[in-house]
Amino acid sequence: MPLTGARKYQGSDGALIAGVAIIVAMLSIVPMFRLAFEIVMPQGSLSAAPTIAALSGSATWTATLHSLQVGIGGTLLAVVLGTAVALLVSLTDVRGRGPFVLFYVVPLLIAPQVTALAWLQLFGPASPFLKLIGMAPPLGTRNPLYSTGGIIALLGVQYAPLVFLMVRAGLRKLPRELVEAGLSSGAGRWTVVGTIILPLMTPSIIGATALAFVSCVGNFGIPAFLGIPAGYLVLPTLIYQRLASGGPAVLSEVAVLSMLIGLIAMAGILAQDFAARRRDYRITSASLTAAPFTLGKWRPLAELLMWLVVIVVLVLPILGLLLTSLVAAYGVPLTMKTVTLANYEFVLFEHAAARRAFFNSFGLSLAAAAFAVVIAVPLAYLITWRKRWWTRFLNLSAELPYALPGVVLAIASLLLFLKPLPVIGLHIYNTIWIILYAYLARFLVLALRPTISGLHQIDRSLEEAAQVAGAGLYRRLRTIVFPLVAPATLAGGVLIFMTAFSELTVSALLWASGSETIGVVIFSFEQGGDSNYAAAVSTLTVLVTFVLMLFTNLFARHLPSGVLPWRD
Amino acid sequence: MAGLKLENVTKTFGDHDAVSNVSMNVANGEFVAVLGPSGCGKTTLLRLVAGFEQLNAGQIIVGGEVMSAPGQSVPPELRRVGIVFQNYALWPHMTVAENVGYSLKVAKVDRATREKRVADALALVDLQGYGDRRPANLSGGQRQRVALARCLVSAPSLVLFDEPLANLDVHLRAAMEDEFAAFHKRTGTTIIYITHDQAEAMALADRIAVMDRGRLIQFATPRELYEEPATEMVASFIAQGMVVPCEVLSNETNGRCRVRVLGQEAEFRCRKGQGVTADAKVCIRSADISAGGDGPIGVIVRRSVYKGGGSRIEAVAKADESVDLHFELADPHRLEEGATARISIGSGWVIPAEGAA
Repeated sequence: MPLTGARKYQGSDGALIAGVAIIVAMLSIVPMFRLAFEIVMPQGSLSAAPTIAALSGSATWTATLHSLQVGIGGTLLAVVLGTAVALLVSLTDVRGRGPFVLFYVVPLLIAPQVTALAWLQLFGPASPFLKLIGMAPPLGTRNPLYSTGGIIALLGVQYAPLVFLMVRAGLRKLPRELVEAGLSSGAGRWTVVGTIILPLMTPSIIGATALAFVSCVGNFGIPAFLGIPAGYLVLPTLIYQRLASGGPAVLSEVAVLSMLIGLIAMAGILAQDFAARRRDYRITSASLTAAPFTLGKWRPLAELLMWLVVIVVLVLPILGLLLTSLVAAYGVPLTMKTVTLANYEFVLFEHAAARRAFFNSFGLSLAAAAFAVVIAVPLAYLITWRKRWWTRFLNLSAELPYALPGVVLAIASLLLFLKPLPVIGLHIYNTIWIILYAYLARFLVLALRPTISGLHQIDRSLEEAAQVAGAGLYRRLRTIVFPLVAPATLAGGVLIFMTAFSELTVSALLWASGSETIGVVIFSFEQGGDSNYAAAVSTLTVLVTFVLMLFTNLFARHLPSGVLPWRD
Repeated sequence: MAGLKLENVTKTFGDHDAVSNVSMNVANGEFVAVLGPSGCGKTTLLRLVAGFEQLNAGQIIVGGEVMSAPGQSVPPELRRVGIVFQNYALWPHMTVAENVGYSLKVAKVDRATREKRVADALALVDLQGYGDRRPANLSGGQRQRVALARCLVSAPSLVLFDEPLANLDVHLRAAMEDEFAAFHKRTGTTIIYITHDQAEAMALADRIAVMDRGRLIQFATPRELYEEPATEMVASFIAQGMVVPCEVLSNETNGRCRVRVLGQEAEFRCRKGQGVTADAKVCIRSADISAGGDGPIGVIVRRSVYKGGGSRIEAVAKADESVDLHFELADPHRLEEGATARISIGSGWVIPAEGAA
């Protein structure tokens, strides 16, 4: 006996599930399969030749070694720095926590190549800053950052905030009874930190370590700016150089290299998954967080140290960047006479590629953000409120393109679109659309995560109430689910816009004349020796990031905590 | 408005029977409470009727129309069933009027009619003039009434209440109980009311369905549940009845039979056709026990709790210390812990043997 309505119900549900699943598959599973296929069957026929060629070259193993070197070094530095700062900020009574967190987290939001450029400008012999204070080394001196140590230092600075955020989140959930029980057992503060707090934070720290490691080995901007001039190649920069000189012909070979970097990163992801599984995110701790340790007479010193950190990791590099963007030419000292806005004028109005790049990056970021916001809501809805055995898989698939190094996704996209797609004949290779595709795939999860955490905080009965009121699935998504999670999802969208706006890793491999992005333009200027132009463009992107951060703060109180990384 | 018919409804989660073979016939306009301890399957039953869960066997019929059958189900949005949720589930991003008018908007009712019906619904729950407020600015009782208004505005065929008083404090509970009774009287809607609080169920419902471990144990009027519980579980769950082993000495005549309980012989109420058996149970209420004097049953007092004007005595029978008894002892009489006393049982109900029901 057929029941009226039963079929229509399954229809609209099925359409949503199928639609979302197809989109996620298109963005995540298809490119990964294409990459794996290329490694097994390069150019469509079963052959191990490219794999052997890639793996037998000494350059491959040197780059792998370098990747591990800077990966491990950068990670260690980031973990030590980030954890120390998190402990200081979370456990003691230092003042000015909010503004400090805001500034301390900024390096995470600034594109790595901008960070690299800023530091280069600060320390180079041409540094207007060093010249201002009369400490510039003579011209021709080698910039000390063009070295393994330089790369490790910058990776550490870039990703310490990442560790900081995760450890701080863990420390916030630390019930104060545990600390108080330790203190009342007669343990001193340092003993409590060493024997109670740090052991309890190991899941957070391990998770953060893995994440920092994945970010460090996948980073392109910093080793590209600091390593290439020194002839020090890591896997992502090796892939870039091979592809830049060999073109599509070497795709099979670089596919193997990208798989190599993917495997290294995967080891990190598995470790993180292992750590995350022991944490229950749903705990809304009924207990208060521990009362801060009073620092007494040490407090001013600790605060001084804190702000010194901000000055070193943020203010000075940005200052270096700004000063370089204001001088007319490389090596010219900055005085009232030499200060000029000509660089800005040039990149904004005269240089065609730079002008296009602003337009392209703006459009790409906006499109990626808008797409992610629209898809994240039904996707998060399926993952949280329609849990099935396969929704977990859907979530993992959406995470994959972001979790793996950007180079991997870029190579997969190249392979996928090198030839026009069969049947529909879609041809987007060497156009801006292939960059858009990669951005959609890579950044979707940045809107998905806050949406999921938002939905976890909303009672499902709100949707069920709409359902018994007669509202169908799409209406419920539009009038109930979306308005309720909108702040979180939109904040994710802003995060995507910021990240995509000056992105380099993916676009460096996918761009063509006409589809330059801001990241590519900065890179090209710097490689061509036009640091002043590169600095001008970079300063503008930093400005955009700042403005967006402040703007987003305006609706921060509607957000679940943790959505905006820079809000304490 | 419509009646509700459940036929052998079964719902399994994995290998656990959440609802097992439940049949129930609710008349049009009836107020039925579904009562049971937590985990008894009452919430699953509500979600099955609402259409949020799919059943594994049986049928759910609302107003003569099959709503659920194995593998087929009319979706919740097409069932015209109203729900009052435990936490009200008011949409925080809409005003009170928007909350109430949502279902009419979905049904594409024109604006003028919609506004009129929303105003009527708000008037019915005594919330005139609250239309522009946000749910966040209302008190708990007011939110509950908005939820009621939202539910009745679309004239649902059936209204389901999911433990609506569980989140309210004691004083508000009493007031809302009156509100629900009045709501039922005014609208005449068929109501299924889920609760674990038997006092609430007794006060409100025409009939109560007692559930335990997924099964419907007894479906009867509150008075019948109290006086003639069908099983030991119902006997002890409703008003803390005592279940005591007994021997039935005579066959039933005129609804009564002779029993021997704890050595005392007496005439108790029983089900028609009750036969002689050595192995039966009786349900005794504390009011059936009279203490003092020289009753035929000796007890040892375990605990005495002063209740103001009297004490509640908890004791065990001397003859069989596994039998717990409790009764009220009016002041000025007292029994201390460890004391012995003699009681007599004035009345009781012979619980029918399992399966005889």
